[in-house]
Amino acid sequence: MDLDFSVIPANSELLVEGMKMTFLLTALAIVGGMILGTFLALLRIAKVPVLAQIAAAYVNFFRSLPLILVIFWLFFLVPLIMGRPVGAFSSVLVAFILFEAAYYSEIIRAGINSVSTGQLAAARAIGMTYWQSMTNVVLPQAFRAMTPILLTQAIILFQDTSLVYVVGLRDFLVSAEIVANRDQRLVEMFLFVAVVYFVLCFTASLGVKQLQRKFAND
Amino acid sequence: MNYNWDWGILFRDPYAGWILEGLWWTIVISLLAWVIAFTLGSILGVFRTTSSPILRAIGTCYVELFRNIPILVQLFLWYFVFPEILPDDWGRWVKRDMPAPAMTTAIVALGLYTASRVCEQVRSGIEAVGVGQRQAGRAIGMTEPQVYRHILLPNAYRIIIPPLTSEFLTIFKQSSLALTIGVVELTAMTRQIEEYTFQGFEAFTAATIVYSLVTFTVMFLMRFVDKRTALPGTFASGGA
Repeated sequence: MDLDFSVIPANSELLVEGMKMTFLLTALAIVGGMILGTFLALLRIAKVPVLAQIAAAYVNFFRSLPLILVIFWLFFLVPLIMGRPVGAFSSVLVAFILFEAAYYSEIIRAGINSVSTGQLAAARAIGMTYWQSMTNVVLPQAFRAMTPILLTQAIILFQDTSLVYVVGLRDFLVSAEIVANRDQRLVEMFLFVAVVYFVLCFTASLGVKQLQRKFAND
Repeated sequence: MNYNWDWGILFRDPYAGWILEGLWWTIVISLLAWVIAFTLGSILGVFRTTSSPILRAIGTCYVELFRNIPILVQLFLWYFVFPEILPDDWGRWVKRDMPAPAMTTAIVALGLYTASRVCEQVRSGIEAVGVGQRQAGRAIGMTEPQVYRHILLPNAYRIIIPPLTSEFLTIFKQSSLALTIGVVELTAMTRQIEEYTFQGFEAFTAATIVYSLVTFTVMFLMRFVDKRTALPGTFASGGA
């Protein structure tokens, strides 16, 4: 077997574009997923009638589905609802936000539950409304406590974005696969993709561990 | 929204049969991958908690390697790269002569990936049993393997039934990745129905219901098992 890794620098522009897409999708899905996830968690914590049950059903429902199925669903639904063709990117982004929100919601709920109820009582005692106490006192502490888990989830999400392969969105993996098939360099390209993902995720997870230690010492 | 509904499609030939066949392959992949994941994950989990630094290092390297590469990339590595780096004859066997090459590859890839996750659960279970039990076992003259066989593992498994259930359900959901290398499991079947009939709504609804039903059934059953096998004197047993 003759390996020729020069195919990588020769196509660096395409690969960098792909990696940009992977990062963009990850970043937007994290932001969207956390906003929706926080909202779902708050509905359940505050025990808002009916809405709390809907939020719980939402979380259980999405956690029982494969991500690929959710991607296919939205790829099919979003153009139908919009009444016009939309790019794969918007459909996929909606799919990731809806899907990740279910997982973020559980993390955030656990984070909020870890904050002492005395904090809420104290905030209420100095005259804050329930929602003011939540957003100004409880949530900031909850987010600090769950930062390591949120970051770990971000690493998982970063890996999961590779599933956009099924609708052909040009992320890092798809760009590499295009080069692999065109230049007949499957072995080189897939090994390269694996090494890049490994280095990025492993480094990030070491960072998370360090942060965890720092938090434990505080 | 402009759409022609036809729910009857799910019950007509050949589509009803496709869905059942897809579900069958999803279950086959999930169960066989789980056998690999559970066996290897348990061994690695033991490795990571033993007194041997070499075994611990092997366990750690395995977990870090398999956890930090996306499962889809791992699947492609096993399917496209692995046969190429083998000697020619072996590579040909893996690519063509092995029974159901794509399906087998998917099962092995999913199993090896999930083993890294099962390993971490087993490790945390063993750590939860506590050093006291380990020392007590050694003090009454048990060898280290005996301590694992008779004390640590039986207790650890009973503690980690809920996270192991989640790991199994993760395999069940991730078996859908097999469609990327051409295995026609449940998700692929419903995609195929969408492409043949343009009834995407009905097809994806069918898959959604089947996945949810299986997930909730497994969770319900395992909650029952968890109660029955709870260690006396823990919160899982009702706090008694």
